[in-house]
Amino acid sequence: MLHGGNPVQHKLYMEIEEGKQVLRYIAKRILMMLPILFGITVIVFTLMYITPGDPAYAILGENATPEQVMEIHKEYGLDDPYLIRLGRYFAGVLQGDFGTSYKTGRPVFTEIMDRYPNTLKLALLSTLLGVVIGVAAGIIAAVKQYSIFDRVGTIISLFGVSAPSFWVAMVLVLLFSVKLKILPATGTYGPQYWILPVFTLGLQASTSIMRMTRSSMLEVIRQDYIRTSRAKGQSEWKTIMHHAFKNAQVPIVTIIGIRICGFLAGAVLVETVFAIPGLGKYIIDSVNFKDYPVVQGGVLWIGLNCIVINLLVDIVYCFIDPRIKSMYSNKKKAAAVGTGGASNG
Amino acid sequence: MADSRNRKRKKTSQAAEIWKRLQKNRMAMAGLCTLIVILLLSLFGPLLSPYDYAAQNFTDRLMFPCASHLFGTDNFGRDILTRILVGGRYTLFITFVCITSAAIMGSALGLLAAFYPKMDNIIMRLVDILMGIPTMLMCVSIVAALGSNMKNMMIALAVTQSPEFARIMRAQVLTIKDREFMEAASSIGCSNGRIIFRHIIPNALAPIIVQYTLGAVSVILMSASLSFVGMGVQPPTPEWGLMISAGRDYLRDYWHIAIIPGLAIVVTAFALNMLGDGLRDALDPRLKQ
Repeated sequence: MLHGGNPVQHKLYMEIEEGKQVLRYIAKRILMMLPILFGITVIVFTLMYITPGDPAYAILGENATPEQVMEIHKEYGLDDPYLIRLGRYFAGVLQGDFGTSYKTGRPVFTEIMDRYPNTLKLALLSTLLGVVIGVAAGIIAAVKQYSIFDRVGTIISLFGVSAPSFWVAMVLVLLFSVKLKILPATGTYGPQYWILPVFTLGLQASTSIMRMTRSSMLEVIRQDYIRTSRAKGQSEWKTIMHHAFKNAQVPIVTIIGIRICGFLAGAVLVETVFAIPGLGKYIIDSVNFKDYPVVQGGVLWIGLNCIVINLLVDIVYCFIDPRIKSMYSNKKKAAAVGTGGASNG
Repeated sequence: MADSRNRKRKKTSQAAEIWKRLQKNRMAMAGLCTLIVILLLSLFGPLLSPYDYAAQNFTDRLMFPCASHLFGTDNFGRDILTRILVGGRYTLFITFVCITSAAIMGSALGLLAAFYPKMDNIIMRLVDILMGIPTMLMCVSIVAALGSNMKNMMIALAVTQSPEFARIMRAQVLTIKDREFMEAASSIGCSNGRIIFRHIIPNALAPIIVQYTLGAVSVILMSASLSFVGMGVQPPTPEWGLMISAGRDYLRDYWHIAIIPGLAIVVTAFALNMLGDGLRDALDPRLKQ
C-alpha cells in the first residue's frame, strides 16, 4: 500500500518512519546506559569504601587529635552505613556533585573540569592522527597485499601494538628533545609542546587502526560486487574508495571508539612522561594522596565518557551502513545490533 | 587402499592439524621460538650471570653497555642484563597467573550465562559494567582499594581481563548449544557436567586460546604500566616497567637504563602477538587473509 497516494510521498513517509525507529533505538540505548552507569558507580564507590585507613587522617594529617577526626567524620558522614553513603553519593552524582576533594577542599567536579580539557585534547588529536595515518596505510596495505609496503606495514603495526606508550614516549623524548633538540620534552605552554605526546599516542593508534582497516578492506575486496565494479571499467580509485572502503567502515569506527576510550583512561602514562596536567595523572596522584572522592569522581567521569562514545559509535553505524539502519525497523534485530558497541581498552 | 588412507587421515587429531598449520606460518613460529628463548633465559640466565641482581656497586654505577656489563649498569651500579633476566621471571609469572585465572573465571562465567539462560542477564550485565570501566582505571581503582603491591596488581589484572573471556565463551556456547551432537548427548542421558566438559569446552576452546595469547600481551603491557606509575610491583624488584620508571630521571645522560628494559617488553609482546596472530589463522583458516 502506498502511503500518501504517490511514490514520492510514500518514500518520504518511509524515511520519516525509519528516522523515528532510529530515534527510538537511540532513546532505548540511552536508557540502557543508566543501569551500566549505576553499576560503575556502585563498583567504584564500593572499592573506595573498602579501602583500609581512615580518610580523616588523609585530610588532617597523621597528627590529628581524636576530636578533630570525629569532627571530620561528622562533616563528611563517614560514620554512616554503606547503603546510606552510597545513596547520598549517587544522589549527588545525579545532580553533578561528585563530592569534595580531601586535598584541596574544592568540588571534585571542578577539579576534574580543570584537567579534563587537556586529556580530551590529547585523546582527540591523537585519535585524529591515528585515523589519518592508520586508514591510509591500511587501505594501501590491503590493496597491495603481500607487497613490501604490506609486509613492512604489518611488522610496524605489530611493533606498535607491542610497545608500551610510556616507553615510546621516552624514546621520542630522547630523539627529538635530547639528541636533536627540536621539540620540547615537558609541559603544555604552546602548540609545539603537544607534538610529541600526540605523536606518541597517535602512532600507537595508527597501528591498531591500520590492522583493522587492512583486515576489513581485505574482507570486502574479495566480494563479487568489487569484481563487477572493476569489470565494468570503473577506475581503481573509485572502486576502492566508493565501493570497498565505504563497506569496510563499521569495524574501523569500532576501533576508533575503542581507541578514544583507551586514550581517555590510559593517557595517564603519556601525561606522566610529558608532565601534562591531565585527568589521568590527577587520578594517580590522588590515589597516592588517598584523595578517594577524586579517584571515584575521575573514574566515574571517564566511564561516563566511554559510555557516551559507545553510544555515538552505535549511532554512527547506522549512518555509514544503511543495512544497520533498516535493521532498526525490526525490534529483535535492533537488539542484536545494539550489542556491537565499542568496549574499553 | 583408499580405506587405509582414510583411516590414517582420521587418526590425525585436530590438535595435530592445528600444529601443522601453525608450523607453516613463519611469523608464528618465530614468535614461538622467541618466547621459548625468553623463557629459558629468564629461568636459567640469572644462574649463569656473575652478578647479583640486587647487589649495589657504586664504583660501577651508570656505566654504558660494555664488555663487562653488556647492557650497562643503573644508578646503583647493578647489572642491567641480570636485572632484565630476573625481571623476565616476574613478568612471565605475572602474565601466566593473571591470564590463566582470567581465562578460567571469564570462561566459567560465559559458560554459565549461555548454558543457564536464567543467569544470562545477570552475568552479562555484570560483564557490561566491568567492560564499561576502562581497564587502566579499573586496575588503578582495585589497586587503590587493596594496596599497591604485586599480589593486588595481579588480582586487578585477572579481574579486568576476565570479561573478554566471558563474552567469547558465551558466544561460542550459544552457537554450539543448538548443534545436533548436543541434542544427541542430552538425548542419551548425558549429565550437564559431562555435556559441558566433554562436548562444549573442547568445541569452544579455539577462540579462547587466541584470546589467551592476545590477552597475555595486554597483561604484560598493563603490568608494566601499573609498575611504571607506582601501582604495581614495588622496588627493588627488577620488574621491567619499574626499571623503565627508575631510569626516567636519567634519560638525558644515561638513556640505556630506561630504554633497554623497554626493549625486553617490546620483544616479548611482539613475539606473543606474532604467535597469537598465527594461532588465530591456524585455528580458523577461514579468517586467514
